[in-house]
Amino acid sequence: MLGLEKKDFRLLLVVIGLTLFAPIILNPFPAGSEMAQFNAGYPDLMQRFVIFGIFAIGFNILFGLTGYLSFGHAAFLGVGSYSAVWMFKLLSMNVLPAIILSVIIAGLFSLLIGFISLRRSGIYFSILTLAFAQMSFALAYSVLTPITGGETGLQLALDDPRILGASQTASGNIPVPSLFGLEMRASYEMAVGAWSFTFNAGYYLAAVILVLAFYLAIRIFRSPFGMMLRAIKSNQTRMSYTGLNARPYTLAAFVISGMYAGLAGGLMASMDPLAGAERMQWTASGEVVLMTILGGAGTLIGPVLGAGMIKYFENIFSKINSQVLHDWFGFLPDGLEDFVVTLIYPFVGKGWHLTLGIVFMLVVIFLPGGLVQGGQKIAAAMRRRKKTDDANPGATKPAE
Amino acid sequence: MGILEVKGINKRFGGLQALGDVNLSVEENTVHAIIGPNGAGKSTLLNVLVGKLIPDSGSVMFDGQSVLGRKPHEINQMGISRVFQTPEIFTDLTVFENVMIPCFAKRDGAFRMHAIESITSEKGIRAQAEEMLADVNMLEKRDMLTSSLSRGDKRRLEMAMCLVQDPKLLLLDEPTAGMARADTENTINLLKEIRTKRGITMAIIEHDMNVVFSLAERITVLAQGTPLVEDIPENIKGHPKVREAYLGEAQV
Repeated sequence: MLGLEKKDFRLLLVVIGLTLFAPIILNPFPAGSEMAQFNAGYPDLMQRFVIFGIFAIGFNILFGLTGYLSFGHAAFLGVGSYSAVWMFKLLSMNVLPAIILSVIIAGLFSLLIGFISLRRSGIYFSILTLAFAQMSFALAYSVLTPITGGETGLQLALDDPRILGASQTASGNIPVPSLFGLEMRASYEMAVGAWSFTFNAGYYLAAVILVLAFYLAIRIFRSPFGMMLRAIKSNQTRMSYTGLNARPYTLAAFVISGMYAGLAGGLMASMDPLAGAERMQWTASGEVVLMTILGGAGTLIGPVLGAGMIKYFENIFSKINSQVLHDWFGFLPDGLEDFVVTLIYPFVGKGWHLTLGIVFMLVVIFLPGGLVQGGQKIAAAMRRRKKTDDANPGATKPAE
Repeated sequence: MGILEVKGINKRFGGLQALGDVNLSVEENTVHAIIGPNGAGKSTLLNVLVGKLIPDSGSVMFDGQSVLGRKPHEINQMGISRVFQTPEIFTDLTVFENVMIPCFAKRDGAFRMHAIESITSEKGIRAQAEEMLADVNMLEKRDMLTSSLSRGDKRRLEMAMCLVQDPKLLLLDEPTAGMARADTENTINLLKEIRTKRGITMAIIEHDMNVVFSLAERITVLAQGTPLVEDIPENIKGHPKVREAYLGEAQV
């Protein structure tokens, strides 16, 4: 189907299903209940899930396939965001041209940086990309203030020229990004009993783009080009003695992943029309590396899972404060309750980084293939158990 | 005029003259062995031929074109394939993928952006790779990861990857180094089979005299970076200069 193998098509369907029903799946707790604060199904967070999912899918095309570890991909995301905001300022509030421009500009920018950085491989490549990204960050933060807005970031203003559209709305406000009139912040609330679900236009736009981006990634993974990228990761000596030039292959992968990052940046600005230099900082570049490794570098679905997990930790897990803990462990005797809370407290709330770090370490040590490998191991174990059950069906029955 | 013409090659590493005025001519459709004691410059010469090293002076002509200054992948595209001392294969890929890659390189050149087509739809390439694997008796291992292959199978696979490109010249760098007796015999037989079936021109660097004399049709003896003699195997065996070179080494 759609030029995909059966297995890949099933995976695509799963992703479509998950993104389509995310507002419901992520809101398992009734509104107003004590657990409602752990609902992740609000537009802002769901948008972040899919946008960082796109970012990680693209990063994985470079890192997962070729093994070239870039520490500067946030620069392309930042460039994408700036491009999109400028499009809003100058052309129109329609998100489509803004997103297209951010992909193009990020592609050109990554072509330049990739061309230089890919002269080296291994750690030197990583350091070069890191240096370029930090340079971009510093420039955006200071020298390029007229273009980037410097410290305050690039924002829309009431006197933006905006050729195709008004500078201000009739009521004197800054107009909001839209897709041919459909405002990105438009939401439809649906109440089912005690539950309430929010369906947001911006989220669904991002979700459709995620599905397309994921589909494209599958095609790349299964193409001769994808195989060449894996060959580069595996043995560059054999690659060149087979008559293949690794440079253009790695550069193409670098630019594709840069364009994915630009797409994510453009979407981010479309959801909330502002862009700041901190989006280009090395911590942001490191985050996408973590997402990819956590989920499983080189796997199709892994980076999306990793992005979801990290964003969930950042936004939901971090909400568990000492009050919540006391509520949870209130059934324990007083002294014990305090003890347990003291024990757990450093790992939750503001300490979410600590837990994430431990999870990351465990994954890297025990599941080098990431969460996807964990899932595969569980599935294999279940299959094995089923097989032994089938082989001797009487085994589980008690003896008479 | 041979298919490979090496003239007056010199290469110095600091104070060491690794190659001094090397001339070599490999005739089309022969197996040409280059032998010599350790440090004779065999590997240096090979690295010059494949573009890994650039000599200080001299010329290397292959099939009427100069090889010098070209990158290894360009030289491969000209028709020279190389088999390494330790097999260089793509270890995280399957056997089948390993053989498909050179097929793509042969058809599409050094780079082609075929990112949307599916590998499964490449019928011609797949058939070609399958045929090659059948030729080296590895078809039943096609879906194995190459990291789990035996040493002998890795060697066969590497040969298959070179042969599927249908090279005009196959360079072999000590193909039996470190092999057990049985594996060595297998490799000799495989090479003989390739030779009779495909008539490929080969240049082989080898230590093992048994291998050399069972395969080579011409032999060049290198010593201290200079060719001593070049002749047919029968004449090399008892040649006084050759004995001197090898015995000289033995005395040290």
